[in-house]
Amino acid sequence: MNLFIASVQRDLLVHFRHPSEVLNPLVFFIVVISLFPLGIGPEPGQLKEIAPGIVWVAALLATLMSMDSMFRSDFEDGSLEQVVLSEQSTFIFVLAKVISHWLLSGLPLVLLMPLAALLLFLSEAGIWALTLSLLLVSPTLSLLGGIGAALTVGLPRGGLLVTILVMPLYVPVLVLATAMVQAAEAGSDTIGYVYWLLAILFGSVCLAPIATAAAVNVATDQ
Amino acid sequence: MLNWLHRLGSSKIFFEVSGRWQVPLLLLSVLMLTGGAAWALLFVPPDYQQGHSVRIMYIHVPAAILAQSGYVMMAGAAAVFLIWRIKLADVAVKCIAPLGASITFLALVTGAIWGKPTWGTWWVWDARLTSTLVLFFLYIGVIALRSAMERQAGAGRACAILALVGVVNLPVIKFSVEWWYTLHQPASFSLTEKPAMPVEMWLPLLVMVVAYYLFFFAIWIMRIRNEILLREKNTDWVKQWLAVR
Repeated sequence: MNLFIASVQRDLLVHFRHPSEVLNPLVFFIVVISLFPLGIGPEPGQLKEIAPGIVWVAALLATLMSMDSMFRSDFEDGSLEQVVLSEQSTFIFVLAKVISHWLLSGLPLVLLMPLAALLLFLSEAGIWALTLSLLLVSPTLSLLGGIGAALTVGLPRGGLLVTILVMPLYVPVLVLATAMVQAAEAGSDTIGYVYWLLAILFGSVCLAPIATAAAVNVATDQ
Repeated sequence: MLNWLHRLGSSKIFFEVSGRWQVPLLLLSVLMLTGGAAWALLFVPPDYQQGHSVRIMYIHVPAAILAQSGYVMMAGAAAVFLIWRIKLADVAVKCIAPLGASITFLALVTGAIWGKPTWGTWWVWDARLTSTLVLFFLYIGVIALRSAMERQAGAGRACAILALVGVVNLPVIKFSVEWWYTLHQPASFSLTEKPAMPVEMWLPLLVMVVAYYLFFFAIWIMRIRNEILLREKNTDWVKQWLAVR
C-alpha cells in the first residue's frame, strides 16, 4: 500500500513540475479534432454524424502519444529494476503507474470532451454519452496500453510499436463506445453499453496488470 | 506418453523425429489439397442460390478455420514456453506467427472474392470480418515485436506474453456470428450438430479442412527445423548434419 501511494504521489508531483508532458497530448487532441472540419467541410449535419468516431479516434491517438512514457523514465534511471528486485508486489506498482497515467492523461481528456463535442455539433444527449463513455473507457485504455508500454520499454524506438501492439486490443472498446454515443444521439437507451464498458473495465483492472507485471519482469531481466 | 512428449522438447530429438515425418506429411497434404480442390472444382454440384461461386468456400472456410486455430496453437506454445521454459516452444511461436498471418490474409482475400458475387460488396464492417481483421493485426503485432527485439534476451518471453494477451480476441471471433446477426453466414460445421449442407458439399469441405491442417503442420515443422539449425549452428550435431548434406 505504501508503494502504491508513494508511486502515485511521485508521478503526480513530477508531472506537475513539468506540465508540458501532460498538456501536449491534450493540445494534440484539440488540434486533430479541429482539422476534421477543415478537411471534410464545416456543415453541421455532416460533422454531427461522424462526430463520435472523430472524437474517439482523436482520444485514442492522444492516449497512445502519452503511453510510451509510462515506464520509460523509470526504466532509464533504474528505479523500475529496483522495484522489481524489492519484495514489493510488481502488480501493485504497475497498477499505481496506470492510475497516475490515467489521472494525468485520461481524466483531462474527459474534461475536454464537452469542448470537443461542442466543436462538432453534438446534441446534449450526445455530449453526456460521450463524456460518460470516455470516463468509463479511459482507465481501460491506460490499463491495456500499459501492457504495450511495458513490452516495448527496453526498445530505443518503441513508440510506434506500442500503437501496433495495442490497437487490436482497443478495437472492441472503440466499437462499443461509438455505438453508445450514436445510440444516445438517436435517442435510445444506453444503459446496456454502460454495463458492457464497465464489465470490460473491471476485467481489465483484474487481468491487464498481470500481463504488464510479467512484461516489466522481462524488461528488467537483461 | 508424457515422457515421449517431453523428449520431443529437445531440439535435437525433435529435429531427428520430424526429419522422418517431414516428407510423408508434405506429400500427403499436397495430395489431399489437390484432390480436394479438384473435387470441389469439378464434382461438387453448384449451389441453387450462389451457382458456381460457392466453390470458393472450399478455399475460404478452411483458411478461416486455420487462421483462428493457428492463433490458439501459437498461444498454447507461448503458454508452454512461459510455464515450462521449453525453448522449442519459443521457436514454435516464432515460426507460426508469419504462417498464421499469411493464412489469415488468405481467408480475408478469398472472403472478399466470395463476397463480391454473393453479397455485392468486397467488404463490410460486420462483426466477423472486423474481428478477423483484428486477428490479422494481432499476428502482425507478434511479428513486429519479435523483429524489434531480435537480439535482446527477453524477446521470447515478451512475444509469448503478447500472444497470450491477444488470445482474448479468439472467442469474440468464433462466436461473433452467433452473438450478432450480421451479413456473414453462421458456421458450416459444429461439433454437435449435423451440417446444414448435403453430404456432397460438406464431405469435400471436410477433406479440404484436414488437408489445410496437414499442410499447415508440414510448413510449420519445416520452419521450426530451419530455425533449430540457425539457433544451434554451433553445436556438434548440427555441424555433423550439415557436413553430411
